[in-house]
Amino acid sequence: MNFTLHIWRQKLTDKEGDFVTYQIDNIDGDTSFLEMLDQLNEQLILKNEDAIVFDYDCREGICGACSLVINGYPHGEKEATTTCQLYMREYKNEPELWVEPWRANSFPVIKDLTVDRSSFDRIIQSGGYISVHTGSAPEANNTLVEKSASDEAFNAAACIGCGACVAVCPNASATLFVSAKISHLALLPQGDIESDQRAKSMIQSMESEGFGSCSNHRHCEQVCPKGISLQNITRMNKILG
Amino acid sequence: MHGANRLGASALMQGLADGYFILPQTVANYLARGSFEEVDKNHTQVQQALNKVKDRIDQLMNAPKAQHSPEYFHQKLGKILWEACGMSREKETLEQAINEISELQKEFWQKIKVTGIDKDLNQTLERAGRVADFIELGVLMCKDALQRQESCGAHARVEYLSAGGEAKRDDEDFSFVAAWEHTEKGAKLHEEHLNFEFIKPTVRNYK
Repeated sequence: MNFTLHIWRQKLTDKEGDFVTYQIDNIDGDTSFLEMLDQLNEQLILKNEDAIVFDYDCREGICGACSLVINGYPHGEKEATTTCQLYMREYKNEPELWVEPWRANSFPVIKDLTVDRSSFDRIIQSGGYISVHTGSAPEANNTLVEKSASDEAFNAAACIGCGACVAVCPNASATLFVSAKISHLALLPQGDIESDQRAKSMIQSMESEGFGSCSNHRHCEQVCPKGISLQNITRMNKILG
Repeated sequence: MHGANRLGASALMQGLADGYFILPQTVANYLARGSFEEVDKNHTQVQQALNKVKDRIDQLMNAPKAQHSPEYFHQKLGKILWEACGMSREKETLEQAINEISELQKEFWQKIKVTGIDKDLNQTLERAGRVADFIELGVLMCKDALQRQESCGAHARVEYLSAGGEAKRDDEDFSFVAAWEHTEKGAKLHEEHLNFEFIKPTVRNYK
């Protein structure tokens, strides 16, 4: 397969960026999107050009490092998939691809397709933890947890903190991310105790980091690679009262 | 960590866990809690360390015959190790691999090509630095496998197998963890002996 790629190149945070067009040919359908970019970078190095910077780590959909807005969709159009798990066969009918970084004031571009997501770390630091030492695992049946609560807590905890929810939101709101972190702790006995204070601190931190508020566009749920549900936002709003 | 271990996953994961997660935390924690003499940028040791890093970056950025990307060398190294230092190893191929990697190392420092600049986020430079480390580690893995004249766990030295193809241990001579020290003259072996008080290692036979 052959592709025409329009890739966002930006040297530094405060420099102007622009799309640069590249052609890449003979790409196997089973090549992942990031492997395709690796191949492009190899070609750029041979041509004495600076390689395109993009984030990745595990390349198996569990770390939250990869990003990229592809033809307008964070992590590409395929549902419940991170960019690293996206294969070029998905684009057999789309030979022209526009590749951009996450765009939000609170995620400044470091270079090319890589953005600074440390604002998420600071939101977690503002309350995304349990402050008392709860000891090692207790005897399994001492504190009963309903199966439904345990399942929902697990589903919320599946959030990998990639920031796709922010990238797609017209308000650049991080509400889905924050509500997932609040939910996975609030649903379990150890985390429940501090849930009011935690929710207040984290939402406050989200706002002071410059993320917008939620106005129910619900695009975040659609693009989330881990299928984090909007129910988490409802739950967070209930906690916030 | 290597050799006298179980399946590749455990040795590999231990290496990754120690290197990526545990060391940065424990070293930083030690430095933060200890009471050390204040050092500034002008301290000789600081200057030495800075110059060493700068020299290395300069060498990576300005190789005399720059023509191959870090990926090129990474794949070459991977192929050598895959063939010679995988689950089964033998003296001859290990010695050959050590020579091949040493040649590759020379070629690397002559021909490594890093584009872009060293004053911003440069993943090509980062990768080149890692591959340089992997080359050193690759030689060490082969040396380590070579000195261990026994088969233990899943890594088999093919010269040391029973008639039925099972691993032939030699606990008298090799019941130690091989810790290698990086010195100017090359890797130096420190044997950390293992004493089994209650349960002695025995031959495992799946037949």
